Amino acid sequence: MSKRKRYFLGVHADPPKLVAWCYRAAPFVAVIIIYYIISSAYLLQNPDGKIFPSFAMMAQRFWEMASVRDVGAGVVPLWADTMASLFRLGSGILLAALAGLFLGLNMGLFPGMRLTALPFVTSLSIIPTLSLLPIILIVFGIGDFAKIVLIFLGLTFYIARDIYTTTKEIPQELLVKAQTLGASDLALAYRIVLPLTMPRLIEAVRQSIGPAWVFLIASEGIASTQGLGYRIFLQRRYLDMATIIPYVAWITLLAFLVDRCLAYSIAHLYPWKR
Amino acid sequence: MKGEARDPVELTQRPNMVLRNTPPPDSQDGLLELRDVCKIYRGSAESKVVFDRISFQVTKGELVALVGPSGAGKSTLLRLILGQERPTSGELLLDGEPLGYPDIRRGIVPQHYGLFPHLTVIENLMLGDRLDHGWLEWRKNRGPLRDRAEDFLRAADLAENRDKYPHQLSGGQQQRAAVMQALLRNPTIVLMDEPFGALDPGTRERMQVFLLTLWEERKKTILFVTHDLEEAVFLAPRIIALSPYNKIANTIGTSRIVYDETVRDRWRALSTESKKDPRFTETIEAIRDIAYEPDREHQVDDFDDRHPSDFGTTGAAASDSG
Repeated sequence: MSKRKRYFLGVHADPPKLVAWCYRAAPFVAVIIIYYIISSAYLLQNPDGKIFPSFAMMAQRFWEMASVRDVGAGVVPLWADTMASLFRLGSGILLAALAGLFLGLNMGLFPGMRLTALPFVTSLSIIPTLSLLPIILIVFGIGDFAKIVLIFLGLTFYIARDIYTTTKEIPQELLVKAQTLGASDLALAYRIVLPLTMPRLIEAVRQSIGPAWVFLIASEGIASTQGLGYRIFLQRRYLDMATIIPYVAWITLLAFLVDRCLAYSIAHLYPWKR
Repeated sequence: MKGEARDPVELTQRPNMVLRNTPPPDSQDGLLELRDVCKIYRGSAESKVVFDRISFQVTKGELVALVGPSGAGKSTLLRLILGQERPTSGELLLDGEPLGYPDIRRGIVPQHYGLFPHLTVIENLMLGDRLDHGWLEWRKNRGPLRDRAEDFLRAADLAENRDKYPHQLSGGQQQRAAVMQALLRNPTIVLMDEPFGALDPGTRERMQVFLLTLWEERKKTILFVTHDLEEAVFLAPRIIALSPYNKIANTIGTSRIVYDETVRDRWRALSTESKKDPRFTETIEAIRDIAYEPDREHQVDDFDDRHPSDFGTTGAAASDSG
């Protein structure tokens, strides 16, 4: 058996901290370098080209979007778009989390609810959410509400099924123990099971952030006057990649920050969840 | 009949031991009473009789151990008593009232998940009281209730662990807290489902002494389910042995219950040394004979038509004569 320490290959690889950070950074750096090479080559041949803008062009455009007030709308585009998108996203996710929690918890705990709601919820969760977009736009118009409804429909049934599974996995011993301590059905659901499922709810929301952005960008791209998705689709008409790419990076950063906040909240609000 | 049915009489010949198949005389006012309880799981192809016409009583303040090999129906019986399942026929009474769904009359200490993982030890102990109160009412009244919970924690030597979560405790500490949580609600009977089964031998012995001390102090009625005969004989003055007699191709099972008044009273030294007493091992052997090593020649017909009270006549007479 080789006693040499392994840094990368093999199941026993154990790189030092600094090397581990290098591993983490490597794919990002690689993408940046590859893009830099492609962009440089492209701009050499097409000095006025818009498809692969340089980092400097993107930074300048992003700064303009973040600091210069739009004359027509009277707002700074990046912040107005960000606020509009986050409002829609937050409202949709919050409502979906509440509805999913209520449905999942009750289906998991009460056989009556399970029999009534589970087949229906399962069926609805199979529907490709984006296929509902035209219907939602026709019924609810192009305002914020339609986008919130799309996110709500896209996430609720996924979260409900997740919480249902989590509730079903709570050991029977705990449920019976709670009853022998005096818990009524309602107390069992909302004072015992609810706190037990909260970390999983936050985890389910974390996993829903990606799909939620997809629904939001799609709906904003089709029918909107403001929002990050709207801006990306608008700039697409002008092949304005110098705006689109920073916007995509901005969305990714926002999604990353939300994800980190949720992960932090699980670790700090629920220390019992090892 | 292929084989001679083992008669409880022969077991009464063992020194210092009396076997009866009817409830002991002082248990006429049984706190927990099972009357002709039968449990059959019906499948599409075949039915499984877990036990047939079980009758026994547990009197107030008694610590009774329920033993039996795997498949004898210990867990099923516990679920019936807890109200998680219904018997196919027969009656289960607690303090003269029929048993329904789980409620505060029955406390439970399971082998696993005895404590709520999202609550600290003190919160676990106070959970029952907390459930009795609304939010405002709780904020007003929690002081004395907290004091009481802390008294219980001190009794279990867990005071310094009050703010820890269950996963931060050792197995023994978790089970001590779970026992105290169940006792704090003052249930009519405490059901313990192999509570020390997952502990290492040393901790297990300490927990047995802890439970015995607690029981002798408080005289709470306890039904202690275990597959460990040594533990059962050490802890319980009376043992109920469930035997999966005469199982034929897993379709029919029938059981009989043997009431065994051990010589537990003579071993009150609260020391595991008592387990070295030859009478201790003798009793274990006797129970093993009855419940764990059934005569393979017994067929279902030997027992199907016999009610536990049928055994009782013989057993009681034998014990009287012996």
